[in-house]
Amino acid sequence: MASCMAANILFLGAILFFIASKGLSSISWEFITQAPRDAMTAGGVAPAIVGTFYLTLGAILFALPLGVACAVYLTEYSPKGWIVNVLRISVNNLAGVPSVVFGLFGLTVFVKYMGFGVSILSGSLTLGILALPVIISASQEALMAVPQSIREASLALGATQWETIRKVVLPAALPGILTGVILSVGRVAGETAPILFTAAAFYLKGYPDSVFSEVMALPYHIYALMTEGTHPEEQTRIAYASSLLLLGLVLSVSMLAIWLRQRQRKAYHA
Amino acid sequence: MHDTLVDYDKQMGLENFHPSLVKGPVGVNINSLGEADVFGLEPKIISRGVNFYYGSKRALNNINISFAPRRVTAIIGPSGCGKSTFIRLLNRMHELVPGTRLEGEILLDGLDIISPACDAADLRKRVGMVFQKPNPFPKTIFENIAYGLEVNGVTDRQVIEATVVDSLKKAALWGEVKDRLKDSALGLSGGQQQRLCIARALAVSPEVILFDEPCASLDPISTGKIEELILQLKKDYTIIIVTHNMQQAARVSDRTAFFLMGDLIEEGRTDNIFKAPRDRRTEDYITGRFG
Repeated sequence: MASCMAANILFLGAILFFIASKGLSSISWEFITQAPRDAMTAGGVAPAIVGTFYLTLGAILFALPLGVACAVYLTEYSPKGWIVNVLRISVNNLAGVPSVVFGLFGLTVFVKYMGFGVSILSGSLTLGILALPVIISASQEALMAVPQSIREASLALGATQWETIRKVVLPAALPGILTGVILSVGRVAGETAPILFTAAAFYLKGYPDSVFSEVMALPYHIYALMTEGTHPEEQTRIAYASSLLLLGLVLSVSMLAIWLRQRQRKAYHA
Repeated sequence: MHDTLVDYDKQMGLENFHPSLVKGPVGVNINSLGEADVFGLEPKIISRGVNFYYGSKRALNNINISFAPRRVTAIIGPSGCGKSTFIRLLNRMHELVPGTRLEGEILLDGLDIISPACDAADLRKRVGMVFQKPNPFPKTIFENIAYGLEVNGVTDRQVIEATVVDSLKKAALWGEVKDRLKDSALGLSGGQQQRLCIARALAVSPEVILFDEPCASLDPISTGKIEELILQLKKDYTIIIVTHNMQQAARVSDRTAFFLMGDLIEEGRTDNIFKAPRDRRTEDYITGRFG
């Protein structure tokens, strides 16, 4: 156990150190606030930061209500039996689908069939589907961890099942549901393949002005810097700096969510 | 008067009772049905011919019993005798367990509460429940009590605040929590949590309160407080308490029913049940020969 933990921390530390040592020197105020210049060899990555923010936000806005609703149905309403088992297996299998397949699905369904084009909307929906299984299973666990006794307490006061779920069960499960959101934010913000065909652009001059705009995004930006262009040295430098930024963003979102969760726990568990 | 007596016998499920079985002091109304405190009172709850099954397993056999209003009835019996199962029928909490079946009739003020026409949520507003383990919501003390009012459509803030205070006072908890209403209820001690649960039940103004072994997880001092409270509350509420603690039944109840293996063995005035049980099995149980 202890050695597992040590290995884990070692790897995380090594990755952070490696990325930081290569990228830290390139990070500056300009890097965070400005658009790329001179054929991606100078300037910053601000549009990519903004794009990643929009895509992640959109994905969570789509996946959170849907995922929680699914989890509520599965744990609170659905009769035990084969239907629930099939649903559970589907959710687990969804989690195992390679992300590039989500990308192709998004291209076919959202970009082409529904006509959203290569856009924030298409990318968010694709990333949202990717986030669904994580949110569903975390929410399910959180709901199942709510003691049956407080459901009974609520029903015994004359509350309906829906009132019980809405006012007692969901608030009590919120910290656990937040955990699912943290995990999925991390995953969604860092994914490249699902946005490859659905949302991301290599280079854009301005910032997106609607959900139908294409966007730059940090993970795709890193990918593009390392595979295209004509100035590998400068581009590699920027790619490491972008990686560090992406890591920092994901970690700080996690920290924020963990802090929120702790606060929630304190409020509820004395 | 005599007819009433006979009817009452039937309602109490004691038509087969024979006075010669009573060992206690013989008075005018020697049968345990003759107590003045029950006579003249319409039963609040009547259970007639109730059978209950978990799947194919029969848990209750032909339960016939009535509960007097504004009195405390204790239900005693060894573990697994069906006593908790029985009181959970009275507010239809048994419906939360899938695969059960109920036969017979349960009347609350003459209203058939088992019929599908009777809404379970409405019934539970009239028949409150306090559970074996204190189960406060993970909310503040105030919110715990206000919850029942909110789900019952009370929106007037002043009414809610007044009811919260009133309920806490009735549950003898006000003095201990009046300065910490906004603190989490989970920070209270076990005994305080259980009184909070009682206050929470009182807030929705029930007519009947079911106590399902309310002191099972409490220390003797907290238990004493709960018992005192029950004696206070019987002025206004019909109380049915399941307990495996016979001293507790003797201390708090006016009437006692003894359950064994899904059967109601006997029911009567508490002092009679304890001093002069009519059935051999009751006597064995209260003298500690089994259970």
